[in-house]
Order: sequence, then C-alpha cells, then structure tokens
Amino acid sequence: MAVALAVVQLRDLFSAAMLFAIYSLISAALFVVLDAGDVALTEAAVGAGISTILILAVLTLAPRYEKRIERVNWPALGVVIVTGACLVWAVSDLPNFGAPDNPIHTHVGSYYTENAYREMGVPNMVAAVLASYRSFDTFGEVLVIFTAGLAVFSLLSVRPGKRKAKPESRPGNER
Amino acid sequence: MHLLGHYNYYVVVVLMMIGFYSVIARGNMIKKIIGLNLFQTSVFIMIISAGKVIGGSTPIYEKGVELYSNPLPHVLILTAIVVGVATTAVGLALTVRIREAYGSIEDDDLIEDDGEDADGHEAGQ
Amino acid sequence: MRENGILRIVTRFLIPLIMLFALYVQFHGEYSPGGGFQAGVIFAAGWILFVLIYGLEAGLSVVPERAMFVLSAAGALLYALIGLLGVVLGGRFLEFYPLLDNPQAAQQAGIILVELGVGVTVASVVMLIFTMFARRRGDLGQAWHPEEND
Repeated sequence: MAVALAVVQLRDLFSAAMLFAIYSLISAALFVVLDAGDVALTEAAVGAGISTILILAVLTLAPRYEKRIERVNWPALGVVIVTGACLVWAVSDLPNFGAPDNPIHTHVGSYYTENAYREMGVPNMVAAVLASYRSFDTFGEVLVIFTAGLAVFSLLSVRPGKRKAKPESRPGNER
Repeated sequence: MHLLGHYNYYVVVVLMMIGFYSVIARGNMIKKIIGLNLFQTSVFIMIISAGKVIGGSTPIYEKGVELYSNPLPHVLILTAIVVGVATTAVGLALTVRIREAYGSIEDDDLIEDDGEDADGHEAGQ
Repeated sequence: MRENGILRIVTRFLIPLIMLFALYVQFHGEYSPGGGFQAGVIFAAGWILFVLIYGLEAGLSVVPERAMFVLSAAGALLYALIGLLGVVLGGRFLEFYPLLDNPQAAQQAGIILVELGVGVTVASVVMLIFTMFARRRGDLGQAWHPEEND
C-alpha cells in the first residue's frame, strides 16, 4: 500500500516506474501465497518486465518530471472516497475469505478440480481449463494481443512529423 | 469473524482507490497509465484471493492431495493480465503520438492548446 | 552499454538461459505452472535484454521485423487452424477429441499445439511493440532535440 501511495505522489516518473515494478513483484509474491502459481509467473513477467520496460521506453520520449501539483484535487478525492465507501459496504456482503463452501467453489470450480485430470491427463488444471475447457476465451485473448500489436504498429509507424517551430527538421512520412 | 474475514478485501479496496485517484486526479498521462495498471493489479488480487481455499494447494494435480484452490479465477486473471499489458502498450503509443503532436503530455497544457492550432504551438511545460 | 564489460559478460551468460527457460516453461505448461503466455513474455524479455545491451540494429539482425509480423499472425492462425481441424474431423470448433483416437492423448496434443500458437504470438507481438517504441527514439533523436525538464 505504501508503494502504491508513493507511486501516485512522486513527481519523478522514473522513480514512479521503478516503484511500479516493485508493486508488481510484491503482488506476484502475494499471488504465490494465495496458491496461484501461473498467475504469479505471468504477473511477475508481465508487470515487472514488460509494462515497466514500456513505461521506461516512453519516458525516454517524454519529460521525466510531472508538473507540480499545487493543491489537492478535491472533487477527485470526493469521488474516490464515495466509491471507496460503496465498495467497502459491498465487501460486507462477500462470503468469508477462503471458506471451502463459498459459492464460487461449488459449481464449475469443483467440476474442474475433480475432472480435469481424469479427462485430460494434464496435471496442471489451470492450463487444462485455459486451453481446453475455455479455449474460446484464450482464442479471443490471442486476438486481443495481436490487435494491440497492430494498433501500436499503426500508431508508431508514421515518421515523426515536422515541428513548425524548428525550420531545420525533416518533413514527415517519407516512406 | 466478519471483519477479520474480509480484511484482505478492504486492503484491496484501498489499493483500488489509490489507483483510481491516480487515474482521475493526475494530469500527466504516464501517471494515469501507471494508475490504471495499479487499479488492474489490485482487482486481480481481489479475484485471486476470492478463489483461494484455506487448506488447499495450488491447482496442480498430485497424488494424495485432496483439496485444491479454485482454478477458475486463475484462468480469468491470466487472460486479464495479458489484456492489461495490451491496453498499456496502446495507451503508451497514444501518449507518444500526443507528445509529438502537442509537445506536452499534461492535461492542463492540452486543454489550453485546444483553442490554437496544434502544429503551431511551441513546446509546453 | 556495449562497452560495459560486466554487462556484456553477464548477459552473454544469461540470455541463452532465459530463452531456454522460456522454452521449458512453454512445453512444461502441463506439468508445472506455465504455458503459452508466460513463455512468450519471457522469451521476449530475453530478446529485449539483448537489445538493451547490444543495440537495436543487432537485435533486429537476430530477429528481423518481417519475422515478427509473420510470426504474430502465424500463432493466431495456428490456433484457428487447430480449431477448424476439430470441425473438419467431426466435432465442433476447438474441440480436441476428434484429433486422435485416445481422448486423453487428443486433449494433450490439442493443448500443446494451442499453447504453442499462443506463445509464438505473444512473444512476437511483445518484441514488435518494443521495436516500435525503440525505433521511435532513434527517429526522434535526429528530428528534434528533447525538451528541458521542469
């Protein structure tokens, strides 16, 4: 939590990016404690690796320091507090943490837990569910990341245009 | 007990609100994107912790282990993490383009720019 | 960073290990935590490390940009083709059991192939995104000078 607060408050974006990587690693460790091996591996690789690298890559292209914030943004703080209060009130309806007879565990989850190895012969239940029981979702997800690659390519393949303030810059889009 | 049973959910709500505040209250675009990622990661923590069974083990089949944690939230969050990085990449590409077109990535400077020609504007703060 | 001796030697040792680990995670996704996404991201991270040390041109000579385009589409296509193969052989889309005789072996074969497609696409897309950002930096360095900080 302290890491998250520091990320918001810091003006130095480079330090914010580093703290963001630390936040990702801490949450990956939390996932390991919560028995989620695949998710921890993915979060550590993606959050601490790829997201941080991309933020740093953009930081080489943009100013490193955020503009100074003089006053606290009261409307935003009000919205945040109201939303937080609603969420806290909603949390009280949730079942207790970790009880084996939670509704989340009784319907489909228990079917996967009991039958995945018998039907697939694959010990890793998460991979079995991901690739076989829920193949459609994984297919859509592959398409999403492919579309993201397309979008980034189409956004960044145009040469940087001329800035009229400097007369010696090169004209744009010479491909 | 009720309060202690939900302790981790309260922590997640606090984290979520911190990320939410960063998205709406900070003008710098990179800070917004970082805040969005904070928000997403805290939501992942919440769903994974909802799927944990106390006394269970990782959902990988082993002989002799009876109780497993629920694999379904893990599957959903795996997809969500990768979608999150896709969103971050596209958002950062947009930030780069905005930076080049307007010279600044702060919200206040961009709002001032809207009245003028974007190309003729000198570099903002 | 090419001149820094420590970085060069350490990465020369580490990058093959990272790529090997990515392949291990990819193919052991059925027995231990892992699978397509993790393997793709780790492989791309290894390549990014190479680019950070040796420069973008050296990285692009190892994996050309053309290959990144082709591989990212090929991974998604492989996924769709496995699904259509299920339809051709008598089941529904993305059903694995018509592929082979033994249902368990069919599921395992289907899962391995599908995860392979996922891993290839994720790795090539992440490498492509990084290349786009890194090349932007190189282009901009010639067009105009970066601004002064606050």
